Amino acid sequence: MTDTTPDNLHGDHHHKPRGIMRWVLTTNHKDIGSMYLIFSFTMFLLGGAMAMVIRAELFQPGLQLVEPNFFNQMTTVHGLIMVFGAVMPAFTGLANWMVPMMIGAPDMALPRMNNWSFWILPFAFLLLIGSLFMEGGGPNFGWTFYAPLSTTYSPDSTGLFVFALHIMGISSIMGAINVIVTITNMRAPGMTYMKMPLFVWTWLITAFLLIAVMPVLAGAATMVLTDKYFGTSFFDAAGGGDPVLFQHIFWFFGHPEVYIMILPSFGIISAIVPAFSRKRLFGYSSMVYATASIAGLSFLVWAHHMFTTGMPVFAELFFMFCTMLISVPTGVKVFNWVATMWRGSLTFEVPMLFAIAFIVLFTIGGFSGLMLAITPVDFQYHDTYFVVAHFHYVLVSGAVFSIMAAAYYWLPKWTGHMFNETLAKWHFWCSVISVNVLFFPMHFLGLAGMPRRIPDYALQFADVNAIVSIGGFAFGLSQLIFLVVVIQCARGGAPAAAKPWEGAEGLEWTVPSPAPYHTFETPPDLKEVRDGH
Amino acid sequence: MALLSGPALAAEREGWNLTQGVTAISQQVYDLHMTIFYICVAIGVLVFGVMFWAIIRHRKSKGAKPASFHESTKVEIAWTLVPFLILVGMAIPATQVLLDMEDTSEPALTVQVTGSQWKWHYRYFDHDVAFFSLLASSPEQIRNERQKRDTYLLEVDQPLVLPVGRKVRFLITSQDVIHSWWVPAFAVKKDANPGFINEAWTKIDKPGIYRGQCAELCGKDHGFMPIVVIAKPQAEFDAWVQETALAQQKAREEEQRLLDMEMPMDELMALGKQVYDSRCGMCHQSEGQGMPGVFPALAGAEIATQPDRLVDHIDIVVNGKAGTAMQAFGPQLSLKELAAVVTYERNAWGNDTGETVQAAQINAVKSGEDL
Ligand code: HEM
Ligand SMILES: [Cu+2]
Repeated sequence: MTDTTPDNLHGDHHHKPRGIMRWVLTTNHKDIGSMYLIFSFTMFLLGGAMAMVIRAELFQPGLQLVEPNFFNQMTTVHGLIMVFGAVMPAFTGLANWMVPMMIGAPDMALPRMNNWSFWILPFAFLLLIGSLFMEGGGPNFGWTFYAPLSTTYSPDSTGLFVFALHIMGISSIMGAINVIVTITNMRAPGMTYMKMPLFVWTWLITAFLLIAVMPVLAGAATMVLTDKYFGTSFFDAAGGGDPVLFQHIFWFFGHPEVYIMILPSFGIISAIVPAFSRKRLFGYSSMVYATASIAGLSFLVWAHHMFTTGMPVFAELFFMFCTMLISVPTGVKVFNWVATMWRGSLTFEVPMLFAIAFIVLFTIGGFSGLMLAITPVDFQYHDTYFVVAHFHYVLVSGAVFSIMAAAYYWLPKWTGHMFNETLAKWHFWCSVISVNVLFFPMHFLGLAGMPRRIPDYALQFADVNAIVSIGGFAFGLSQLIFLVVVIQCARGGAPAAAKPWEGAEGLEWTVPSPAPYHTFETPPDLKEVRDGH
Repeated sequence: MALLSGPALAAEREGWNLTQGVTAISQQVYDLHMTIFYICVAIGVLVFGVMFWAIIRHRKSKGAKPASFHESTKVEIAWTLVPFLILVGMAIPATQVLLDMEDTSEPALTVQVTGSQWKWHYRYFDHDVAFFSLLASSPEQIRNERQKRDTYLLEVDQPLVLPVGRKVRFLITSQDVIHSWWVPAFAVKKDANPGFINEAWTKIDKPGIYRGQCAELCGKDHGFMPIVVIAKPQAEFDAWVQETALAQQKAREEEQRLLDMEMPMDELMALGKQVYDSRCGMCHQSEGQGMPGVFPALAGAEIATQPDRLVDHIDIVVNGKAGTAMQAFGPQLSLKELAAVVTYERNAWGNDTGETVQAAQINAVKSGEDL
């Protein structure tokens, strides 16, 4: 790939296509990063709209708005969109924008593949969403698509679902390859591995996780496809197959997948907390080791999603112990952030507010995770709203909040304008209050015995469900404030300095705001900036 | 701790906490749950306490100057090791409880539990008793057209009856997709996997009625397949088993007698509607209109209107259709009920074939004879 050298890149600068073709053909990491982020937010709103349908139906006992089969399609597609359409592309967008700027590279290493990996995504989601309008409806078997519900008993649109999933997987793998090649080959002279900002580190590790597990997902999906359409019996007991095999394969992908959705968050928080504490990150190297050990352990815990599936007690013990062990490096991270804040000089701009909320709420999700790891008690929690509460704490007030924090932190760099601080604070406070009204009571619902993925429930759950739904609508509406803030900021506002945050560190703040179309065409002089961390 | 256990008890009374249940195991599980919870709360108070202290005291607006420390091997080793030791402390009791739970040896009674879309089937080993257990809340209640009872969605037509004070073993399996049999009061939740048998056990301390639900997404009516267990003292349980075995024996004899009888249209239609609404309507819908692309319509369908398709019609109801959600109702319903429901489907919603179907015809198809 000779055209990644600054000299050649310079060429396309001069005849940049205009209009829509500029975006279709672009190989610029900043353009592609923006497209990923816009796509991700669009999907976030769409998946959110489906969540509103779910919460509206669950506002009261009885069936009011939708029938159960459609309800199941909503929960399934909501989950798929949020995981593969909102959270993962948002991180890829952030990586595109920030990784080259953070390591002093001119662009991503494989710009044409970068263009592809973005542009196949919209088609994947068109297929997925289109399947909802087919006769018989779209996927209705949960984002975990357990066989045989997803094979023998699934709607005719299942082939589309599998195809969409394959495209998403290919996109993720291409994105991951690009990140790895960029980081290993394009660091500016002097940017050693242990000087890289943690966002770069966490993404490097995430990219390896992606390459390891997306093919596993593709395998599971392909077996579902052949079981349904071509007469194989991988998961069909009547043909000598094993439905539990599906779960092992799925969760061998699925557990690392949940870390794919949180490791980059750790990197973001590790950038923001020091910036607004005006103090270096505490325990940089233990952060790197903790991330790596979380990633390693994530391959040894998949069956904690399957304790009730029935397995030998020895296996249950093994997976319980390994899962509990994950709390150790996770705890180290939280302790390091708190120690970074300790005796700092703290200010509370919006990125910091989201980062603090992340630390508190993600930790609560970690606690419920630890409770779920305890096998005998997991038998009671499993497949109830307790689990729903757990993963929304880590994914919404965890991953999504970190993405919001990142957006506010780097928006001045992207747009060259400061955002409307007042409105952004409204966004924060509305979100942080409603997210807790939405998800905290779900713990109680689960403990009291409400199963997940049901369209109607027993009367004793009615009051709490009503509160949860109100929290849900409030959280959904709050995100529209974010939309307004971002649009305003893109269009204008107070000009942003090259380094708008007093305590921020890193190469991205050495270039002007907005960042020029091409940055670091010649490698930066690393003596100008302190270590990346 | 004392401060916290007050609210925890209140939460339990209000039904907001995990149930303590009615077995020794469920009590142990509850204790474990509370222990881990309190440990988490203590760690949380500590960590968030330090953090909020920093947030309040170490603000720039209060003139705080940043310190310059950014690592400390000693501290970092400490906060790796201490959590590890806490985890070991949690793992020991957890392992103990788990080993107890998985010990299904020497049961006094064995019940086979079979899930299917969307009902449970129970079969008692060593007793001639077996039956299906279906949701008893009505479609009108679900559609908010009729008052719901307190037990809405947690009520069934035929509950599972178990003795107290004896170790009952469950052999759990499924006929179609994966279900999960869950009764919180026993702390038993085990998946029902097609083609495989899972084991679980319980020993109930107190007589009473205990309710649970299917806990694994199993298709459209996953939310509508509850579990109800009535726990009775041994003597009452024995009496119940005998009575039920006798009644089921009688019903089978009655079946044979029916083969020679002609039932009139109105009787067939009345019974047929009842069976249809409880067994078939959840998929084919109350007016036989089906759900396009998911479940076929029966109103106006060839199979339910053409005289030469009668055998096919009976066959699919009795034997089901492999590889689809249409299950075999032959083993689930009596000959009389089968005759009634087929008659109903051939005459309701404008199908008006005028044909009645009799138990003898069902029996003939069932045993593979020509009509
Ligand atoms: C301390 C760390 C964590 C531990 C010990 C932990 C443990 C667990 C356990 C045991 C379950 C299975 C619950 C059940 O189904 O019965 C679970 C579910 C789940 N966890 Fe975590 N977890 C942790 C962190 C995370 C993180 C960081 C994420 C994602 C960002 C996450 C996402 C999820 C999701 C999505 C599920 C539910 C999957 C499903 O059934 O649909 N967890 N967790
Ligand atoms: Cu079920």
